[in-house]
Amino acid sequence: MSFPWAKNYEPQQPLMKWLDEKLPLPRLVYNAVGAGYPVPRNLNYFWNFGVLAGAALAIQIVTGIVLAMHYAANAGVAFNSVEHIMRDVNAGWFIRYAHMNGASMFFIVVYLHIFRGLYYGSYKAPREMVWLLGVVIFLLMMATAFMGYVLPWGQMSFWGAQVITGFFSAIPMVGEPIRQWLLGGFAPDNAALNRFFSLHYLLPFVIAGVIILHIWALHIPGSSNPTGIEVKDEQDTVPFHPYYTAKDGFGLGVFLFVFAALTFFTPNLLGHADNYIAANPLSTPAHIVPEWYFWPFYAILRAFTFNFLWIDAKLWGVIAMFAAIALLFFLPWLDSSPVKSSTYRPLNRIFFWILVVDVLILGYCGKSPAEQPYVILSQLGSIYYFAHFLIILPIISRIERPLPMPNSITEAVLAKHADDKSAATA
Amino acid sequence: MVRPLGFLVGLGFIAALVLAIFTTPLKNEPNASHEFHKHPRHLALSSDGLFPHWDKAQLQRGMQVYKEVCSACHSLNLVAFRNIADFGYTEGQVKSFAKSYDNIPSINPDTGEPATRTGLPSDHFPSPYPNEVAARAANNNALPPDLSLITKAREGGKDYVYSLLTGYQNPPKNLPKELQPGTGLHFNPYFANLNLAMAKPLNDGQVTFADGSKNDVEHMARDVTAFLVWTAEPNLVKRVWTGWAVLLFIAIFTTLTYLSYRNIWADKKH
Repeated sequence: MSFPWAKNYEPQQPLMKWLDEKLPLPRLVYNAVGAGYPVPRNLNYFWNFGVLAGAALAIQIVTGIVLAMHYAANAGVAFNSVEHIMRDVNAGWFIRYAHMNGASMFFIVVYLHIFRGLYYGSYKAPREMVWLLGVVIFLLMMATAFMGYVLPWGQMSFWGAQVITGFFSAIPMVGEPIRQWLLGGFAPDNAALNRFFSLHYLLPFVIAGVIILHIWALHIPGSSNPTGIEVKDEQDTVPFHPYYTAKDGFGLGVFLFVFAALTFFTPNLLGHADNYIAANPLSTPAHIVPEWYFWPFYAILRAFTFNFLWIDAKLWGVIAMFAAIALLFFLPWLDSSPVKSSTYRPLNRIFFWILVVDVLILGYCGKSPAEQPYVILSQLGSIYYFAHFLIILPIISRIERPLPMPNSITEAVLAKHADDKSAATA
Repeated sequence: MVRPLGFLVGLGFIAALVLAIFTTPLKNEPNASHEFHKHPRHLALSSDGLFPHWDKAQLQRGMQVYKEVCSACHSLNLVAFRNIADFGYTEGQVKSFAKSYDNIPSINPDTGEPATRTGLPSDHFPSPYPNEVAARAANNNALPPDLSLITKAREGGKDYVYSLLTGYQNPPKNLPKELQPGTGLHFNPYFANLNLAMAKPLNDGQVTFADGSKNDVEHMARDVTAFLVWTAEPNLVKRVWTGWAVLLFIAIFTTLTYLSYRNIWADKKH
């Protein structure tokens, strides 16, 4: 579906006419990201991050395929094969550092993309399916990133695998057998490394598939926008190409600049020193810390220190950590406010910013050792996290009085320009 | 249905967390070693920062320190003899350096018996011990770590390695008994446990440099740390300068995309 004023693909060249009759691939591209897709005219820079996440995935796949040509997924040689890439493969150090920091860049843009969705209410009707597929992509990304971090077979790789697969052993009765089945042994070893490599190669293509569904689902209602008001007529929109291809091109340049600065100047900034020590099952690192993008969830996991209601603390932590992500699936129904954008939701805006600060605090606690004051901070932070989504948001979406909203996107744009002019003359 | 259920689930998590808060002691267990532990001292090297270069003379001296002192116990598995051409040795010098090692493990092709041979440029620095058991047996059951990646594999990096090498001292008078170095251990405030198995490795005048450079502990520690920064990442200098070229390219690309973005949107209010 698209808006009635969307342009139709009309091939001029004989070759394209011929192709359009046999396999309308150019038509698909034209309608998806070309002039055939009308988009609200008022998108701000936060709407760049979807395309950037796609670019980050493409970079990960390309660098990853090259790395796989030189990497050996065997517990005996994996660590040295990574160092072989760093030292002996032509530009191997660049490919490896780009892949390593590319994962961080992927999470940075995806977290900003999720931030955008939360602030502007992009998850609400009619775009619930876009949001649900997005959460699926996020889960797949986390699984892929975790398994990728195991592959260099350093100390954090090994002990991270030990801790994460240990979650399954918290399940009563069947936990330990499940863990052994997943690992192919009693502890992470060659069997685990091999299957993690296989899945780490597979999942990015699954992600690419779900991204196609994500974009497909988006194209049915069309893109959201900062006012949260739906498109009413043609003057509210511009064709995706050239307007947003140009804007996304600029966004891509800025993204690549930050990415390159990180990769070439401080490639190990976001990593952990212990992962340059080869895996050693007999020596546990003093602090086992996951990669930065898991810190908030790691803090939630460790916040539960009390056996409550016959469920022991470890299982509470594991359930809570998964629930922290799973509750995002219910967000479109937890927040019943008909107003999408927080620009017009004064009460929601306050609690939303508290949530942002809360997640940052949880992240800091997840990075820090399990001692005070980080334990109590992560407990308080976790309380707010669950309270925000499960209690506060459903209540404020009922009692809040939204601010007056413009009638259309065009009216909002023109009002903004009128304000700018009067401010300039005053 | 979602909202009431969510409300109950939320209350469940919050109850578990509130109970956790009240049952977790607010004071950490006292850890006396924190008090005596020191943060590493900063070491400035020519390979630091955004405009790095290798100080080749320093790397040569550092390698000499490694060869004459560290290599008695520590391996350097990831570094090949051919790599030392990076800091100014000619092909002939690399060959004769490799040849000076006559203990490269190999197999006698005629008999299949284990044997040794002289080094080739493609060989890696040989390990001082045949395996971990032998290494531990010779070192009071401690295992001397491989040094190839040591400046990347420790918190504090090069600063830590340099501080550790220069940080040996007598234990302070007020050091509690349980933190005193035990048999075969040596006090060093830069080491996480305060006491480590490695004895003070460097002493003034231990290595004589051909270029007449100072050979007190301080200078030898700087030189060998510089060398270990190189062994950890021989491509470090190339990496940073490649980064400048890439950033310049991306800056031009981004400027052009910005200008075309402004141009395309010039007639559209947004």
